[in-house]
Amino acid sequence: MIINLIVHFCLLILMPPLLLGIINKVKALFAGRRGPPLLQAYFDIGKLLRKGMVISRSTTWVFMAGPVVTLAAVFCAGTLIPLGRFAAPISFTGDLVLFAYLFGLARFFTTSAALDTGSAFEGMGAAREVTFAVLSEPALFLVFFVFVRLSGSLSLGEMLHLAPAGYVSGAVAPLVLVAIGLFIIMLAETCRIPVDDPNTHLELTMIHEVMVLDHSGPLLGIALYAAAMKLFVLSSLLLHVLQPFKSGLAWLDWLIFAGGMMVIAGTIGVVESVMARLRMNHVPHLLVAAIILCGAAFVLLVR
Amino acid sequence: MAFAMILVPLLFAGFAALWPSNRWRPWVLPAGAVVYAVLAALVLVQPATNPAPEAWLALDALGRLMLLAVSTLFLFCSFYAVGYLKERASLNNRVFVSCFMAFAAVLSLVVWARHLGLLWVAIEAITLVSAPLIYFKKDKQSIEATWKYLLVGSVGIALALFGTFFLAYSRLAVAGEASLMLGELLANAASLSRPWLRAAFILLLVGYGTKIGLAPMHTWKPDAYGEAPGVVGALFAGGVTSCAFLAFLRVYQICVAAGETVFVSRLLLFMGLFSMLVAGLFMIGQRDFKRLLAYSSVEHMGILMIGLGIGGGALFGAMLHVVTNGLTKGVLFLTAGNIDRAYGSKNTENVRGALKRLPVSAGLFLAGFLAITGSPPFGPFVSEFTILTGAVQSGRWLTAGLYLLLLLLVFIGMGKTVLKVTQGEVPPDLGPGRPRERLLTLLPAIGFLALSLLLGLYIPPPLGGLLRAAARLLEHPL
Amino acid sequence: MPNLVNTILVIVLALNLFALGNSRLMSVIRIVSAQGVLLGLLPLVMHGHITIAALLAAGVGIILKAIIIPSMMLRALRDADIKREVEPLIGFLPSIILGALATGFSLLFVTLPGLADEAAVSLVIPTSFATVLVGFILLTTRYKAISQVVGYLVLENGIFIFGLLLVEALPLVVEMGVLLDLFVGIFVISIIVNHINAAFSSLDTRHLVSLKE
Repeated sequence: MIINLIVHFCLLILMPPLLLGIINKVKALFAGRRGPPLLQAYFDIGKLLRKGMVISRSTTWVFMAGPVVTLAAVFCAGTLIPLGRFAAPISFTGDLVLFAYLFGLARFFTTSAALDTGSAFEGMGAAREVTFAVLSEPALFLVFFVFVRLSGSLSLGEMLHLAPAGYVSGAVAPLVLVAIGLFIIMLAETCRIPVDDPNTHLELTMIHEVMVLDHSGPLLGIALYAAAMKLFVLSSLLLHVLQPFKSGLAWLDWLIFAGGMMVIAGTIGVVESVMARLRMNHVPHLLVAAIILCGAAFVLLVR
Repeated sequence: MAFAMILVPLLFAGFAALWPSNRWRPWVLPAGAVVYAVLAALVLVQPATNPAPEAWLALDALGRLMLLAVSTLFLFCSFYAVGYLKERASLNNRVFVSCFMAFAAVLSLVVWARHLGLLWVAIEAITLVSAPLIYFKKDKQSIEATWKYLLVGSVGIALALFGTFFLAYSRLAVAGEASLMLGELLANAASLSRPWLRAAFILLLVGYGTKIGLAPMHTWKPDAYGEAPGVVGALFAGGVTSCAFLAFLRVYQICVAAGETVFVSRLLLFMGLFSMLVAGLFMIGQRDFKRLLAYSSVEHMGILMIGLGIGGGALFGAMLHVVTNGLTKGVLFLTAGNIDRAYGSKNTENVRGALKRLPVSAGLFLAGFLAITGSPPFGPFVSEFTILTGAVQSGRWLTAGLYLLLLLLVFIGMGKTVLKVTQGEVPPDLGPGRPRERLLTLLPAIGFLALSLLLGLYIPPPLGGLLRAAARLLEHPL
Repeated sequence: MPNLVNTILVIVLALNLFALGNSRLMSVIRIVSAQGVLLGLLPLVMHGHITIAALLAAGVGIILKAIIIPSMMLRALRDADIKREVEPLIGFLPSIILGALATGFSLLFVTLPGLADEAAVSLVIPTSFATVLVGFILLTTRYKAISQVVGYLVLENGIFIFGLLLVEALPLVVEMGVLLDLFVGIFVISIIVNHINAAFSSLDTRHLVSLKE
């Protein structure tokens, strides 16, 4: 029991940068390059944490709080979500609302920090971020509705463990729809292609990168790390829908979980390699499609 | 016999496709049409027998009636086509002649088919063989017309397929087995699943209705009839629509056998009156006299639907109207083609005084107009009057009143344009000379008018028997 | 088996929405071609056992819907040198929403009393309705001739799905009917598309407006 908790925290803290490494490796393979080493993200974050910081005189404490609160909020969300078949460290009825709004809190501070700089570019990025959030948040809630309906429970842990039983009981169609919708939500929330391109630094086209443009040194490192952890948390949510099997052996299940996460990261890499970033005004279409898919899943269940 | 009537026109079509001379190729049409008419006559003089339930190809009274009407139309049109193609000698007519001839083969398939899937295939084939006919002139307008015809027609046909599936499913849902054989569906009509049957009827009404040209699915008609040569217009207005109408009659039979008469007739009356209204409104102020004829076709398809919707005595009228409408449309389209070619325009701004310039064609055109709007003593008067009588007898006073009102609207709208075309002075820029009127492009129209007149005065007993048998099949399909 | 069928069907539904929201014609064609592959697989898994009719339907279906027709359309696209449906009659987002409404309507519609029991469990009928409706939306709101053909293709896909219900009872009639329809429709239409392109130097049907009242 304790061991599982320890593993949970270890994975939550240590694994996120690895996912970034896998994505970049897959993209490099598709492009015919050798690419950076798998652990490059760890090196980057380590390097940034050791550097000094330049902080604009026009900023306030909000600028500092942005990445820190974001990391804290995402970490808390990470303690609410069960990894694989294991129970989450913290679990209570209705925790799914807290889970969703921890992301809201993170978003609030990231965008506030961006606005705090007073730069036009960062304000634009912040505006985009919240615009898309308006669409991705209801989609996330629709996903939860589907799970609640399937499992009859309002606690994240039970919900995610019971809902995939739908594969057996004949509710495959809603689960498939939810999986597609959740994948889109994940791409949007973590600012991956086709919603945002984490590699460009063209202010006109990007969302997340532009918001952290003024952060440097440890703050930037924290922002990067928080983004990776967000990817980790959302992927583990998606994994519940994609991989409902359990072996019964604790160590094997942990291995399956880690392997599943890597497969998801690889899939993201493939998506990023074969797709182009959408035009900014088409991103809402994708998110609306996600809402519709999750909504259709819900309709299928309740009709 | 069915196979012969399908294969012989195809042989002629293939022959036309291989024949090298553009000048002599059109003569394949009358030759083929005469052979086809002889075959049809041989079939029609045989006494009617009840079709075996398991036969895919068989001829009942409805099929015989359509075969009679459309093969007559086809025969006359094929002679006209020779005259027409002579005047359009510069255009390559290989595809035109082949497709024209192949139409006869498809017609046979339609009248013979007892399997709704096969019937659908035949209607689909009509689209295939008729599209190149519209596209004959190969100018921008005819491309546009063909595109609209294909797109609207294909969607209609697709919906008809959907409806056919629904029909099969309406049996599958109840009985666990399905069939698209007409006989089997009729025999089991009472047990079909109602919601599915009704949905199937609506889809098939829309689907085949597109091909028939009922409003609001009629949008392809003015373009196609306007841009296609007049003879093709005649073939469409009397042939293609009649074939689609026959396909629709099969569905009607099933619904009547299933006891859905009330539901069906309400829909049909609505569609019929709406088609007449739309056609009438678009006729008023219409400057293009070929498009005018297209709307007239929409109107008359509406009249057919009203006849079906009223039922009882009106069914005989509707059956007769299929024949008289086809013949009269023949007169109108063929002479309209003559006027169009003589003036190089089909707009009333340029076309005036046709009676002075083309006395015979314009006279026939005027007579055709009087006939199609239901003036005595022509055939359509009798058929339209029978439908009216049916409406009054069944106590549908509102329908009868609207029907008369719309007929009046159509008469006014159509008369205005037709009179503009025929009366008045010839525009001075055309010069005093009269274009020569060919016998080949006049005689078929005269023939049509004569037959239309004959049917107005006297219905030959064999035809009367056939019409009654067809109406009986609609009223009591079993 | 119903699970597998339903899985394929919801993916078909999702592809419908993506086809509605995509402005890149090439992607739309690819999406529809993917839909063709999925539909081709359906007859094989539909009834739990594989018959020759099902195999034939699957083979011809995949070859026609997923390979021949999409490649024909891609070629027409290349010849006409167009990439996007620039401004459809109804914007992309509204048409997605319209498509979603159609999907929702279809899902709820089949639960009406009086329709077959089978309808309530399986997604075949609602997916078929929804796909037909989406095809209609594509057909009526797009201006490029190619987009309209794609709409027709989606419409046909919807009919094909419904036809699968009848595969057991009416083997061959159903699939061959759909495929014939598709073949004739698309074949003839692509010929005329080529002619439109040659005559108007464009595949925008807004050029085809000389015939009107």
